[in-house]
Amino acid sequence: MSTSARCKPAPPGPGPAPGAQGIGICEYCDTVYRQREPRLNQVIRCPCCDAVQARHHAVDIDGMLALAVAALILFLIANVWPIVTLGLGAEQNSATLWGMIIAMWQHGAQLVAMVVAATLFFFPLNKMLMLGWLLAFARRGRRAPGFGRMMVALHYLQPWTMSEVFVLGALVAIVKARTYFDVMPEPGIYAYGALTLLITAFSGIDLRRLWDDTAEGSAQ
Amino acid sequence: MSALPRAHELGLIACHVCGLVCREPNFSPAACPRCGSGLRRRKTASFMRTWALLIAAFILYIPANVLPIMRTVNVGDVDDNTIISGVVELWMQGSPSLALIVFAASIVVPVLKFFVLALLLVSTRRDSDWAMHQRAALYRLVDLIGYWSMLDVFVVALLTALVRFDVLSRVEPLPGVVFFGLTVILTMFASMSFDPRLLWDARKNHD
Repeated sequence: MSTSARCKPAPPGPGPAPGAQGIGICEYCDTVYRQREPRLNQVIRCPCCDAVQARHHAVDIDGMLALAVAALILFLIANVWPIVTLGLGAEQNSATLWGMIIAMWQHGAQLVAMVVAATLFFFPLNKMLMLGWLLAFARRGRRAPGFGRMMVALHYLQPWTMSEVFVLGALVAIVKARTYFDVMPEPGIYAYGALTLLITAFSGIDLRRLWDDTAEGSAQ
Repeated sequence: MSALPRAHELGLIACHVCGLVCREPNFSPAACPRCGSGLRRRKTASFMRTWALLIAAFILYIPANVLPIMRTVNVGDVDDNTIISGVVELWMQGSPSLALIVFAASIVVPVLKFFVLALLLVSTRRDSDWAMHQRAALYRLVDLIGYWSMLDVFVVALLTALVRFDVLSRVEPLPGVVFFGLTVILTMFASMSFDPRLLWDARKNHD
């Protein structure tokens, strides 16, 4: 734990509550409870409202870094290669993610183009880059430069990355197109499928643990 | 139910962003000592913001369903699709399971969100202690599944990029899809601005 060994005079403002180690507060109902370390396959729930408080750390920081790097590589493949190709007679058309964004923009749906660009490209990319950066330092117990701001940014980005929704959307689009066209899957769709598996593996991990796993003052 | 204390009774605050347990500050704009985010007991103006976003989302949901979301042009044959007609078409094409998924994402989830958030807002205002656990679970469900509604927007975007065979066949987005995308975003903001702690604050008999 990061005990403030170098005893500074208590700041006049809010501080970590004295003796607050081992105390948890449910973010859904504000109930104060005693924290326990979850055992293997155990999920700790709030004693008042049942919301999940902690899961067993099945993946350590090295493992998380490996997942983040793998996700980044898959994400690059998924964005560089086309997702699917349609054939109509001799003509063929394929689409990439950016092809989607540009097509929506050109057809007067600029707002949708921006939403797609943000939720499927910029937010996921930023999330993976920040995560990789933070974890590369955290595996030595250190806080990366910009640690605090990135942790806050990751918290706010969390609900707005939608790659896994897109995979399902691509499936629906393929089924709809299949009636009229020849559909050929491209590397992009496989990369997206694999990326979804990694996102699912990541979804059980509470990133807030990085606050506890890294030493305070190792970077500002 | 439980005799467990709640944070504000002990003069504690958990940072909404990083979760650090703090002493409750005695002055108003206070920052979390660990992550620097604003330290608040409850989300700011939760009732007002959630109602406003929810009503705005509901208003936009009407054109999102009435207006067509995409146009299919097949050798001069123009066909405009709404959300519902897209679901019906998928069903007819022999993919009932996908049709159900799209129906769930585009219709069930947004409507569930409107109902659940309105129910939570009204019942909390009335200091209800009815079905506490179920209402708390409903909030977490709605908060968790909300973003899957974006499905139809991505379907239209991908089809627009794919089906570009000049005169033979084209797909174009229509205004309905913009309204629908906005509805989803607003409902997501609405569920984020609702503070589930208020459910438990409002109970009549604290025990």
